[in-house]
Amino acid sequence: MNTPSLSLILFTPIIGLIVMLFLPASQKTLVKVWANIVAMAGFLVSLPLAMQFDKSNGGMQFVESWDWIPSLGVKYNIGVDGISLLLVMLATVTGVVATLSSWSAVDDRLKSYYSMLLLLQTGMIGVFLALDFFLFYVFWELVLVPMYFLIGVWGGPKRLYAAIKFFLYTLAGSVLMLLGILTLYFQHGAQFGVYTFEIAELMKLDLPLYLQQLIFWSFFIGFAIKVPMFPFHTWLPDAHTEAPTAGSVILAAVLLKMGTYGFIRFSLPLLPKASADQTIVQIIAALSIIGILYGALVSLMQQDWKKLVAYSSVSHLGFCTLGIFSLTPNGIAGSVIQQLNHGISTGMLFLVVGVAYERRHTREIKEYGGLAHVMPNFAKVFCFAVLSSAAMPLLNGFVGEFTILQGAYEANPIWVAFAVPGVVFGAAYLLWLYQRTMLGQITVSSNLHLPDLKIREWLVFAPFIAWALWIGIYPKPYFEVLEKPVAKIVERVKPGYYNAPPPAAAPKAEAHQ
Amino acid sequence: MSQFYTANDHFVLLPGLLLAFFGCAILLLDFFLYKEPGQKRNLVYWVLLALGFEGYALYNQCMATDAGARAISAFHGALVIDGFSHFFNVLLLVTAVVVTLISYKYLEIEDEHHGEYYGLILLAQSGMFFLASGTELVTMFIGLELMAVTFYVLVGFLRTDKRSNEAAMKYLILGAFSSGFLLYGFSIFYGLSGSTRLTDIAAALATRDPWDPMVFLAIATVSVGLLFKISAAPFHMWAPDTYEGAPTCVTAFLAVGSKAASFAFLLRIFLGPLAHSREAWEPILIWAAVLSLTVGNLAALSQTNIKRLLAYSSVSHAGYILLGLVAGNETGLKGVLVYILVYTFMNLGTFLVVIVLRRKGIIGENIDDLAGLMQKSPVAAIVMLIFMLSLSGIPPTAGFIGKYYIFQALIETQHYYLAAAGALYVAVAVYYYFGIIKSMFTAEPTESAPLSWSLGMRLALAIAFVFTLGIGIYPEPFLQLAGQSLLR
Repeated sequence: MNTPSLSLILFTPIIGLIVMLFLPASQKTLVKVWANIVAMAGFLVSLPLAMQFDKSNGGMQFVESWDWIPSLGVKYNIGVDGISLLLVMLATVTGVVATLSSWSAVDDRLKSYYSMLLLLQTGMIGVFLALDFFLFYVFWELVLVPMYFLIGVWGGPKRLYAAIKFFLYTLAGSVLMLLGILTLYFQHGAQFGVYTFEIAELMKLDLPLYLQQLIFWSFFIGFAIKVPMFPFHTWLPDAHTEAPTAGSVILAAVLLKMGTYGFIRFSLPLLPKASADQTIVQIIAALSIIGILYGALVSLMQQDWKKLVAYSSVSHLGFCTLGIFSLTPNGIAGSVIQQLNHGISTGMLFLVVGVAYERRHTREIKEYGGLAHVMPNFAKVFCFAVLSSAAMPLLNGFVGEFTILQGAYEANPIWVAFAVPGVVFGAAYLLWLYQRTMLGQITVSSNLHLPDLKIREWLVFAPFIAWALWIGIYPKPYFEVLEKPVAKIVERVKPGYYNAPPPAAAPKAEAHQ
Repeated sequence: MSQFYTANDHFVLLPGLLLAFFGCAILLLDFFLYKEPGQKRNLVYWVLLALGFEGYALYNQCMATDAGARAISAFHGALVIDGFSHFFNVLLLVTAVVVTLISYKYLEIEDEHHGEYYGLILLAQSGMFFLASGTELVTMFIGLELMAVTFYVLVGFLRTDKRSNEAAMKYLILGAFSSGFLLYGFSIFYGLSGSTRLTDIAAALATRDPWDPMVFLAIATVSVGLLFKISAAPFHMWAPDTYEGAPTCVTAFLAVGSKAASFAFLLRIFLGPLAHSREAWEPILIWAAVLSLTVGNLAALSQTNIKRLLAYSSVSHAGYILLGLVAGNETGLKGVLVYILVYTFMNLGTFLVVIVLRRKGIIGENIDDLAGLMQKSPVAAIVMLIFMLSLSGIPPTAGFIGKYYIFQALIETQHYYLAAAGALYVAVAVYYYFGIIKSMFTAEPTESAPLSWSLGMRLALAIAFVFTLGIGIYPEPFLQLAGQSLLR
């Protein structure tokens, strides 16, 4: 294979889905096997992308561009830079993990279930690949439908409520975002006489600050709901808790990243003045810090295992947005890495909940306790997930959070003073959760004979474990991939940042080796 | 007198003439040839034949005007063929074909399969032709009444059903009122200009102040009449009852065909004689649009009957289309046409699924009747899912393109508040459309009677589905079509 085709990566799941429609629904094993093959194929076709990616090039690579709706100036325009590369890889890996994790967890309407997973996969990859704002929006909305069904059909007892809440929340945000996109579109038409949704073209716009602010807030609503940032997070605990395991994993690992990715890809480069505006930065930093602390404190109080993990997402994503709006290379690069980490760690935590749930069909923390005695391997994996999520050095979480805090310190030391307790609380709720579920004596008799991890379950965890170790021990390639695109964004938001006498232009990668 | 009926006149009139001729012919055929109930299905072929002839006549017209690039007018400016009339006539033709294909099985199940149904369909279609192609008030009004009167009969076609009778009565009384308003406005037009031709009226009104009391009175009364026909709030009261009571295939025709033709009429009036009085009617339409969005969407939330729900949803769709007219620039007017196109297919499709649910002994009109459709008929459920997504405006379906165009026009003309209101109502609408989706996919079926499929039904559903998804995925040709069909 010479140049990897992004379209191939994008449409592999769809092709798989079309074939799937012709499989007989009664052949359950066949459907499962086929879904796993497609997911694996989706990952394999994305591998050459990572191999052949040119780190020294800060621009878009592997670009494909065709006219789609010429009368509107809409193009089918896709490409990757370092930031989207990492997120695309996260999506394809998560696809494999989520599909495999559903093997025995889902038994009802299998064909529809796997079709939805595959459709979701295309939607998510499309969001990260799109270089045309219209195309981006189409994929952004496309994701909602399969997720609605995953939660609404295969979810827990309150699934219908959770599913429609998720849908309405996100949709309300995204239609307002659409109005912001259209404003940009017409501004470009007015300034250059060409109507286009191409992001590279829209970046040439020179807009007055007030207009940028207006558009910024319209984007903000769309992205902040997706992230979700405090106070737009209320859909998340419901959706996460009610979704089936694979749904939660994908939701946490990839879907939430669409929001943070939106900030990095669109808000910052397209609206540099508004993004660097002190009022806006302070507001968003404050919301992020509230999110970090609030998410952590609420997690401490949860009685429901899955809900605890869900709220921890609010806290972790708070770090990501804080990093982005520190507007420093460290902050943004750290944020992208933390997005990856959150996908890995929280993905693992949800898988852990899934394993326990499959055996006991309850998520109440007090129903568990002392599981380490009967499921030693499970306890080890869970321990690893907890440590990775709690940012233990030499594991992935540490690299992300540390770099974000470094960037945030450069922007404003006070932020760091408020954010650091979040790290401490994070360790507290996770370790306490571990203690309540894994350690001590077995208090509930039905826990006495639970089987330990099966080989398939090991395989489900393996990719995430390996990836967590890689990022934790040797993050250099990640920072290298991110360096150029992040520098471009910083240069755009803070012109002259790299030429100014360095207050903290510390080399990024070396700090962690 | 040699100018009374020229070849040119004949050429322009032909589609409408053919429809009226076949409409009457079918009444006779029914009486002489197909007396037995079992033979009534044969009439379907006659209707399709008539529509085929209409299509051929339209095709010739289209060729003669270079696909709408030129206009040919006839009867001293009473009728015209231009891009605009092509657009609506073809759309209405497709609608009529679909409605014919879905009717026979439904009427057999209702035990009301009578030949005059098909005659009335063609007569209504003929009336719609005059609405789309007319450029003179009396011609258009006769077209409107021809359409409306046939619909009064069609709505009450289930003569033993109380709901159907009630619906017809309501529609008749309110419809007569609205026609009165409309005529009153037309008489003022005539008084101001001394002519009933739209171009003459436009010339006369152009010299007058839009706020001139007489002009304003004409605008107000004409607006009332037209807003009634397109079922925009606050003149939508008839819609829920009429939609619910009418035979479902008639509801589909009413919701799609009658609405599209009425919009053609509305656009001809507002962009013709009233083009210079925009500042006077724009606020009226803004309020009507916002009210339609509000009433339509909020009332739809609590409906349990799908036909009533669709009635309210069609009120809200009328609101979106009006917003395109409010924006009023080229994008907006293109948006209006695109939206009507999209609306036609997605709404037809939805009614089709409702018709499939009507079986002997099962009315199948409640949202609960859709329960478990996914298990009963995955094809019907998935197709319906696409229609619901399209009605909600989720990409990549046609509905998104329609709404997108309206928003684009509003932003372009800096109607930011209207755009935001329209956008937020999308989220409200999603709630009730997803109520239907929820019922289809998550609930368990309550009965297991097989759905009433027929060959015509499958064909019709395929047409609606292909266009609803096709316009969403590759809208370019349709956008260009709309661009060529603007009123000039």
